[in-house]
Amino acid sequence: MNRTTRVWRAGAVVLAAGLALTACGSDDSSGDGSSSGGDCTEQNLAFLGALTGDAGALGVNMANGIQLAVDEYNEDAECEVGLKKFDSQGSPDKAPALATEIVGDDTIIGLVGPGFSGESLATGKTFFEAGLPSISPSATNVTITEQGWTTWHRVIGNDNAQGAADAKYLTDTVGASKVYVIDDAQDYSKGLATVVKDTLGDTAVGYDEIQVGQTDMSATVTKVTAAKSDAVFYGGYYTEAGLLVKQLRQAGWRGTFMSGDGAEDPAFVKVAGQAGNGAVLSAPAAPAPEDFAAKVKDDTGSEAGLYTTQSYDAANIFLEALKAGNTEPKDINDFIGSYSGDGVSGPISFDDKGDIETSTIYAYMVKDGELDTENPTAIE
Amino acid sequence: MNFSFLVNHIVELSITGLALGAIYALIALGYTMVYGVLQLINFAHSEVFMYGTFAVAWVFVFVHGTTSVNQTLGGTAGLLLLSLLAAMAMSAAIAMLLERVAYRPLLKRKAPRLMALISAIGASFALSELMGLRDRVVGWVGLRDDLDNYVSKARDVYTNPVTIQPQTVFTVGGYGVKDVDIMVIVASLLMMVALDQFVRRTRFGRGIRAVAQDPESAALMGVNATRVIRGTFILGGIMAGAAATLYMVKIGSTRQNAGFIFGVKAFTAAVLGGIGNLRGALLGGLVLGVAENYGAAIFGTQWKDVVAFVLLILILLVRPSGILGESLGKARA
Repeated sequence: MNRTTRVWRAGAVVLAAGLALTACGSDDSSGDGSSSGGDCTEQNLAFLGALTGDAGALGVNMANGIQLAVDEYNEDAECEVGLKKFDSQGSPDKAPALATEIVGDDTIIGLVGPGFSGESLATGKTFFEAGLPSISPSATNVTITEQGWTTWHRVIGNDNAQGAADAKYLTDTVGASKVYVIDDAQDYSKGLATVVKDTLGDTAVGYDEIQVGQTDMSATVTKVTAAKSDAVFYGGYYTEAGLLVKQLRQAGWRGTFMSGDGAEDPAFVKVAGQAGNGAVLSAPAAPAPEDFAAKVKDDTGSEAGLYTTQSYDAANIFLEALKAGNTEPKDINDFIGSYSGDGVSGPISFDDKGDIETSTIYAYMVKDGELDTENPTAIE
Repeated sequence: MNFSFLVNHIVELSITGLALGAIYALIALGYTMVYGVLQLINFAHSEVFMYGTFAVAWVFVFVHGTTSVNQTLGGTAGLLLLSLLAAMAMSAAIAMLLERVAYRPLLKRKAPRLMALISAIGASFALSELMGLRDRVVGWVGLRDDLDNYVSKARDVYTNPVTIQPQTVFTVGGYGVKDVDIMVIVASLLMMVALDQFVRRTRFGRGIRAVAQDPESAALMGVNATRVIRGTFILGGIMAGAAATLYMVKIGSTRQNAGFIFGVKAFTAAVLGGIGNLRGALLGGLVLGVAENYGAAIFGTQWKDVVAFVLLILILLVRPSGILGESLGKARA
């Protein structure tokens, strides 16, 4: 390279990466008409969860459920209730600042959320110290309710309940006698896989850990086939689950593949292709009943999705507390603690840790290259 | 630790490890050749590979549609050849673009190597994010809906609709060797031999070796260094395109950050074998692929990278310039 450059290039090439900055922060678009009568003070429910970002669709499902409950309540209420939505993008890094904002807002009487386990663990202390009651429609990590945060509740079965049900399904329904347990070493995955492994006892013949982002699973496939296992349980998310089942089938393995709610997504089938057929994916939630789905469509203009029913139920518990004349956070929290009723998602009551007392885990089947999200089987 | 498992399944673990290692090796060639002529690590080479994987999937979606089906290797041979050409063209074009935009302007201005390195890392991020934002990009020109099959869920996994179902060809030590693994290994070896012979025997290959040895003398002897460097990038891109096709045969799914892990592994393979050395890249890739599988078998899959990198450090302690440790310039015809 000793050619001297006599002419400098006139124009510099600029690589502009078009990054659309999505606005984040609070969105109180629905705070309208939160006080109608003269004696009414403004009161709001808050929602904290992902409204944009990778999991934004789930948060929108939740917000729609809450919106429906609030709208139904406001139809014949003396004092109307508003809904303030806080978009955490599902991130444990963004949620704490929003939590501070929520506890600083005196008009907020309760929180539906946080949406995910990570953000729940990151914000639980803030809400607990401020005494603000919360009910999560979707955070399933076992450790959240072990923190002693007495204001924290959830209307969904935790990973212990799911893991125990999954193990039962594998032995009783599938009839598996040799189950190989695999996970991707993340908190959720390891938690779920460990419960399955412990519940299975001697039926779990082997255990392996893969990495998130790993694409070649050949060593793991060799282990599964060498153990002559008739079922695999995988704790993790749909990408690795899809690749794993595909490579197992490519190696000629014929057993039953089961995974949890992290993989219960139509994208699982996209990754796995025809190899996904016969896979069983469990989730602690059932699809919305038809009449409820129609109401959601009517009220919000969007389809009901995963967690819409749980969010509707969670919001209704707060609204019933208001109806019963409770306005102070402490009274509302006591009301929730002793609440017992039937929601759209099933019977709801809480144990002393804030976990739902009875929850049903559902098994979703993959058939003919599609995940059947309509007709799951309840695992008894 | 489970040594008996390794011993009992050594054939299977070796063959699947070799197949993965062969893909590492093909990508490693791009790192090693650019290093040979420029003494520069082209960190954006991982994206050259990633764009190739998308080219393969796009060809399949374009010809076949989005319905997922199972196929044998033989049944898709025609489509595979077509996607191989598409992937090579795509990867070569990206590599050429990189050289033109991220390197040549800096080298012309005699910028320090560090600047070129930063420019490479920047180009790597830009290319990866561009793939992850492809739905927005086609949205700007109003083709978002027409190209929905190619760009929707741009940050999610993108899967080849045709799953290639491996067939057992013959049995060794109780393990049925699969045609896909054989094809991947043989195809990589052929590509390597072709490249090796090209560099050793052709006029252009002589130019590459001359620039690698001494750019100034090469220029005095009438070698056009700019052309040689561009050609080196393109050759590396073609090899990455071949690697991308084999990867899609074996794995079948890609995403906008799929290049990262394979890029790191391929770079490691290049260093392991002796950076700047073509045959070293092959050896490094194969050793790394097999070592990962053995490590996963003995200690558990989560340990495979630890095993691979401990091996790398041990080898570099004994042979600081890699296993074969000789430079591109010293390769003689």
